Order: sequence, then structure tokens, then C-alpha cells
Amino acid sequence: MSTDALMIALLQIVVMIFLTPLLIGVMRQVRNRFEGRVGAGVLQPWRDLRKLFAKEPLRAPGTSWIQSAGPILLMVSSLLVCGLVPLISTIQSKLVPGDLFVVVSVLLLGTVALALVGLDAGTAFGGMGSSRHMTIAALVEPTVLVAIYALSIPIGSSALGDIVRARIADPSSIISLVSLLALVALGIATIAETSRMPVDNPSTHLELTMVHEAMVLESSGRDLAWLELGSWLRLGALLGLIGSLLFPWGMATRPTVLGILLGLIMLAVKLLVLGSLLSATEVFLAKLRLFRVPELLAGSFVIALLAVIASYVLEVR
Amino acid sequence: MTSVVVALVAQVGFALLAIVLALSLSGRRRAIWCGVAVTLIGIAGMWAGIQSLSGVRGRIEIPIALPIGNMVFAPQHLGALFMVVVGAVGVVTAIFAIDYAEGSANSRTSWIALALFLTAMQFVPASADVLSFLLMWELMAVSSTVLVLSEYRHRVQVRSAALWYAVMTQFSFVMIVIGFAILANQSRSITFASMAGSATHSASSSLAFVVLIIGFATKAGIVPLHIWLPRAHPEAPSHVSALMSAAMVKMGVYGAILVATELLPGGPPWWGLLVLAIGALSALYGILQASVAVELKRLLAYSTTENVGLMFLALGAALLMRTYGLSQVADYAMVSCLLLVIAHAAFKTALFLGAGAVIRATGESDLDKLGGLGARMPVTSAVFAIGALGAAALPVTAGFVGEWVLFQALIHGANPADRLLAVVMPLAVAVVALTAGLSLMTFVKAFGIAFLGRPRSAGAEAAHESGKWMQFAMILGALAVVGLGLIPGRLGVQSATLASRNSVGITPMGGIKLLKISSLLDPLTLLLFGVAVLLPVLVKSILAARRSPRRRVDLAWGCGGMRVSPRMQYTATSYAEPLSRIFDDVLKPERDLVVTHSAESQYLVERVRFRQHVTDIFEVRIFVPVVQRFDRIGILSRRLQNGRIQVYLSYSFAALIVVLILAAL
Repeated sequence: MSTDALMIALLQIVVMIFLTPLLIGVMRQVRNRFEGRVGAGVLQPWRDLRKLFAKEPLRAPGTSWIQSAGPILLMVSSLLVCGLVPLISTIQSKLVPGDLFVVVSVLLLGTVALALVGLDAGTAFGGMGSSRHMTIAALVEPTVLVAIYALSIPIGSSALGDIVRARIADPSSIISLVSLLALVALGIATIAETSRMPVDNPSTHLELTMVHEAMVLESSGRDLAWLELGSWLRLGALLGLIGSLLFPWGMATRPTVLGILLGLIMLAVKLLVLGSLLSATEVFLAKLRLFRVPELLAGSFVIALLAVIASYVLEVR
Repeated sequence: MTSVVVALVAQVGFALLAIVLALSLSGRRRAIWCGVAVTLIGIAGMWAGIQSLSGVRGRIEIPIALPIGNMVFAPQHLGALFMVVVGAVGVVTAIFAIDYAEGSANSRTSWIALALFLTAMQFVPASADVLSFLLMWELMAVSSTVLVLSEYRHRVQVRSAALWYAVMTQFSFVMIVIGFAILANQSRSITFASMAGSATHSASSSLAFVVLIIGFATKAGIVPLHIWLPRAHPEAPSHVSALMSAAMVKMGVYGAILVATELLPGGPPWWGLLVLAIGALSALYGILQASVAVELKRLLAYSTTENVGLMFLALGAALLMRTYGLSQVADYAMVSCLLLVIAHAAFKTALFLGAGAVIRATGESDLDKLGGLGARMPVTSAVFAIGALGAAALPVTAGFVGEWVLFQALIHGANPADRLLAVVMPLAVAVVALTAGLSLMTFVKAFGIAFLGRPRSAGAEAAHESGKWMQFAMILGALAVVGLGLIPGRLGVQSATLASRNSVGITPMGGIKLLKISSLLDPLTLLLFGVAVLLPVLVKSILAARRSPRRRVDLAWGCGGMRVSPRMQYTATSYAEPLSRIFDDVLKPERDLVVTHSAESQYLVERVRFRQHVTDIFEVRIFVPVVQRFDRIGILSRRLQNGRIQVYLSYSFAALIVVLILAAL
């Protein structure tokens, strides 16, 4: 059981490393097509990564070890999340169950690494991005935790694998009011946490609006490559989690080769569908003013809280 | 004579030794030998605590002349846990003080007060009756006031800070005396054991509960009685702030736990709700203030309020769950409360000592004037980073374990049958989550602004690493943060009460296991997993580094211009600007913006001056009016004393008549 779980976690990590650049490529391509452009093709993120790894990183005077350690820490955090979240299979290690609180705090470790990278060089832009990023992260946290709390109530466990397994066993729980509210809240939180529209515009370099890009301005070469890949993996893992919660069928509940293969294919399909949907919606959205973002997050928090309270009030025992 | 008794007596011996050494030595030698003696007090205290935890009983009875029985010191399980915490903090801070104590912090008075302070803090949780508890409590309060006053000659603010502290700590004492008086009256005894036996649920019990909680909450720095914390911590020498924040404040928590779980167990639901509510308020308000604070030690002080708030929240949740019959989950809430106590002691020691090293090296405690210290003070920066991780409750630190258990307890603590719990628990989860998010932001700010970037002042530019003993003490603190976070199992078991001991287990890798709700946390495995995924990333980095090494450039990305001045970096104030804008209604920052226009044209700006000051609304709205009221009464009562002997004689005459009338009745 435990070695199976370990193998599956490693498999998830490897698969995600290959899948997420493709996912980003598809998302960009969808956006390009919607906007009437040809686009660079779905393999462009891969080519970008290869180019960045071959380049020499630049180092400004006054930067510290954070400049090179921060990107690696972000990468480790993202990889860990990919390993802990149920993506292909609901089988989870007994020793490190994909406990929700553990997953969130590992994710936050990456958030912190990114914010510190932004502060390291001591430029105005880096600090600005870092400050906005942390403000958003701080306000997102209640939504995330309360939303998953709502999902954990029916089964009495905060382990994500258990939650997904319970959903396979009882599909009607997926379209229940509680579950839908919680998923909406979680979706908004994911958008905020991964710097997508309308919270942050991933393709802008305008100082008034950028959040994520401002933090990575000073990074170059492999540092930037890790930062990019790490951020993509975060997006991939969170989208994958939403996919697993929304559409858990096909995920392997037992460690058979066929089941895992099916889970793998389902994961790829779910990621591509969700990614394309997200990207298509983004085309029609304008970025929110930074000081309107708290309103959005407060809204998502209220939805999450409603989900929890509804799950107690509506529960018939 | 058991080992506990020996250790307790040894503490008194070491305290006397420290006093003798402080009086007889001078200069550097006083710092070294007194430091050693105070360290020994801490070690003896830890030993007494560890021995009691492992089941050894010890009892010291001191006969007194009063007809209320002897003074008794007999550490119980709960108290012993606090003795270990206080002792450990004492050891680390005393080692730090060997190098750190200079000038007025190295005076005879300071060392004597430090020795007495530490000893008193060990004896408070060892007390088994009200009299010894109150005596030790007062010794602790007075000696800490003296310590806060250490540097009164150097800064004017020290006096006002000490005054605020003295008033609040005496207020706390008075409240506790009143509360214990009610309880003693009910049980006709002053020993805790007999008080616990005669707990009733009358109105007077409720009164005693509220008064005692107010008293202990004042000591613990709970909102709105926290106002002494952000004043006293910045003005006291850093090792004293560490001791006060990491150890003394916990005495308030200890008192609250003692009252709520042992002296007055099983009260009505509103008791738990009250404790939970003040905890939640403190956690949120404390971290909000910390997130916008720019003074390093003020930030840490508000973070103490936040952490104590979380402990009260956990305690309140435990009480509430217990009244609703969820005693197993309530046990976990209690465990989380104690784990938070231990974690906070560890990371706050590291943080305050780190802050002390920074202030010593730069002469600045304003974050807006620091920066770039990471390269200049590598050990301090590493320690502060680890402490900050702990305070932000990230893995793999002790703070994370505490919050994890708290979350587990809260999400399992609601029972659909009870509508109150069904609303309170989700809100509590949200409060803890928002607190965790904001503390993340706060400590990224504190670490990032102080240690990364470029120096914002000459003091920060010229900083250098601190002395060996200071480094050693700080490293001890950081090791505690990580060590307790990696293998929390033993600690979790010790934090459970004797009755619920078998509900907490240890995983094979030393992690913690909550058996009744089948959740487990194994940080060491998580770390190993992390290392496993780190290796390929590292290999890839090293391979890439071989092909294309890092190149130093003068200007990585400077907006196409020259290297901007360090003053153009984000400061702590600007870092927290979005937050202070979002929470404008609560924080009410005062902003002054003065724009000077050029003489030639009013469209050209010559100079912009910006100043922001965040006040504490509780101070402005509650305490300042109260102080003004007292001032006015004082001024009015001056009329009674006008210096004329006739008036004074008539006072005596009137008093005599009143006494005679009373005697006649």
C-alpha cells in the first residue's frame, strides 16, 4: 500500500512536469485564437523553458542567496503539492496523507518563496509585486480553508484522497448545494492564488496592474525557468484538484496498471478542458482594480461559509 | 526528598548565587557569571518540570504565621509543562544575555531582577495554593517591571512604557486576587485542590470566572487589555522582551487554563464562548496591527497578542465542545492550545533574540531603516527566517504543528445537532485561517524588508554579526523551532491530559497522531519527501550552472536607467499599504501628506513629505478617556488638600464622629 502510494505520487509529479507546460501552451493558444491571433503553438512554453535553462542568470549587486534558493523552494513546494493532491488516483500514503491543511501550507511555502524573491533585489517593482501578492494570499486563505472544510464535513476527514473517494462512491454529493458552493469558492481562490484574471493579468508588464510579473522581473536564466515552471505547476495542481472534485470518475482507486492509465488520460482531459475553459473566460474578463480584489475574495469567502453552514443545517440525521 | 524538590530548591540556590555574583562582580565578568547562574536557574526549572512530567511528585511546604495553612509548592502535570517551557526560554535568553547585556542591562539591579523574575515564573506554575501563587505572581510582576525600566536613562519612552506596564500588571493582580477571594470564600480553603473539589455553578462562580479571566487575559495580552505589550516590549532590553513574551505572557495562559479546566470545570456554554470570542478578537486585531507595524519589536509584540489569542481561542473551543459533549475533540483543542504555547515560546524567543541582535548591530529598530542584513548577519538572518516560518505557521516548524492540531480540532468540533457550534466552529476556522494568512504577510514583510534588499540607513550598512554567545543562543532557539516541528509526537502526548493520554499517538517517524479522529501529521516524512523532489531540481540546477555560470552585472533590470537609490525600495510601510487600505476602518492610520511646490510653478513638485502613524483604537477609545477621567478626579480631589491645618483638623474630627456613630450602631 505504502509503496504503491509513493509510486503514484512520483508518477503524478513526473506527469505534471510534462503536462503543465502543455496546459499553459493550450491556454495561451486558446486565448490567442479567441483574440484573432495565430499564436505560438502549444509547445512554446517548453521551448521557453529550454531556452531559459541554457541562458546564464544575471545577478545584481546586493542580491542574496534567496535569488537562487527562492525559485528552487517554489519548485519543491509545487512538486510536493503535485505529489500530495489526488490527481490520478485516490490512493494516498499512510504517512503523508494529502491532508488539506498540509497541502495548503506547502503551497504557501511556495507563495512565500516567490514573495521573498521579489524583495531580494531591492527594487521598487519587486517590492510592489511582493506586497500585492502577499496581500492577496492572506485574504485567500480563509476561503480555501473554509471551502475544503465544507467538503470535509460529510466524511469527517480533511484528507483529500478520502474526500474524492467519497465522491466516487456517492456521485449525488457532487451536485449538492454544499458541494457546488464550496467548489465555486475554491475556484475563485484558485484564480487568485495562481495570479489569473481577473485578479492578475498574467500577460501584462504594466506597473499599475502587475503582481506576479513584478516579482520575477529581476530573475533570469534558470532562476526564471524554475519560477515559471513552479508557478505553472501550482496552477496545474489546483486545476487538477478541482477536476478531481468535480469529476472524480476514472481516477484509480486501486493500484492496477489499467486503472492508473485511465486516471492519467482522465487527468490530461480534465486539465485541458478546465484550462481551455479558464482561458476562454479570461478573454471576456477585464482585470479588477487591485482594491476591488478584496471584494471578490470577501464574496468567495461568504460563499464558502454558506457552504459550511448549509452542510450543517441541511444535513438530515 | 524527590528530584523535583531538589530541583526546586536548587533554583532558589542558583537565584541567590546570581544575586551574590551580581553584587560582587563587575563589568564583563558580571555578565558572564551572572549569565551562567541564571542559565542554571533555567536548567533546574526545566529539570523540575521534566521530572514532574515523568511522574515524580514533589512537595515543598513552607509554614507561615497566618491561620490559613502552609504555603505549598507541588507541580502538577499542567504546571510542569509550563515550567519546562519557561525554563527552556530562560536558558536560551540567559545565554544570549551573556554577550548582549551591556551598560544598564548589565547593572546589578538588572541581573538580580532577571534572576528573581525567572525563579518567580518557575514557581507560579509550581504553586498549589492561592497564597504562594499570588506571592510568586507579584514577585514576577515587580521584577519584570524593574527589568522594563532598565534603560530608563537612555530613552524617555521607557518610563511611560514601564508605567503602563506597571498599571496593567497590577490591575491584573487585583483582578486575580478578587477572583481567588470569591473562590476561597466558596470552598473555605486556599488550596487549589479543595477549590477544584467544591466547584459550584452559582452566580458567584460566574463572577469569579469572569474576573479571573480578565486578570489572566491582562497578563496574557488579550485585546483590549493588550496595550502594555506594544509599549513594554520595544523598550525593554531584547533578552527581557524575549523572556516576557515567550514565557511570562504564558503565565496568563496558564492561569486561564487552570481556572477553566481545573478550578471551575464544566461551566455554562457562555464561558467557553466568552474565552473563544476574546481569543478570536485578539488573534485578528493583533495580527492586523502587526501586519502594519514598522517597528520590529512592536510588530513582534502585536504578534504575541495574536498568538495568545489563538491559544485562548483553542481553550474556548475546548470548553465549548466539552459543554456540548464532544469531550474527545475538546481534548484535541486543549492539546493544540498547549502545543501553541510551546511553539510560540520557541519561535518568539528566536525572533526577539534575532531582533535584539539586529538592534544591537544597527542601532535601528525601525524596519523602514533596515535592509540588506542577510549578507551582513548570516546567522541572525537564518535564525530570524526560521523564527518567522514558525510564526507564520509553515511546515516544518513547531508553529505549523500547533495550528494543524487546532484546525483538526475545530473541523471535527461541530455537531449538527447544536446550531451554536455549527455557526461558531466555521467562524473560528475562518478567523484562524485569516490570522494565518495575515501572519504570513507580516513575517514575509519583517524578514524581507529587514534582511533582503539593500540597506536603507548607514546603521544597516555598517552592521556586523553579533557575539558568539548571542549566536549560540539564537541557534538554540531556531533549533527548538525546527526540532519541535519535525518530531512533535512526544510533545503532543505530553500535552494531552493524563486522562486523555491514550487519544494521542506517535507515528513511527515521531509525528503526531490524533487517534480518535484518525488524522496524522508526520513532518519528518514530509521533509524527506521534499528532499526527494528537491534532489532532481538541484541536479538540474547544478548541471545548468556548469554550462552557464551566474554573471554579476551592475544593473539587472533598472527600468532602463541607473541603479536607483535604496530609498526607492519598498519599505515596511509601503509593503503593508494595501492591507492598511483594506482594513482602514479598523486600523485608522493617520496620514500626513505635505507637498511643497516649486517656486516657479505650482505644477512642479519640489518635495513630498509623507508620514503615517497607526494608532491602537482600543488605546484611543478606551484607555485614553479612562486616564483622562482619573486625571480629572485627581485634580478635583486636590481641593481636599489645600494646606490649611484647620481643614485637616476638621477632617479628623468628622472621621472621629463617623467612627463613633458606626460604633454606636
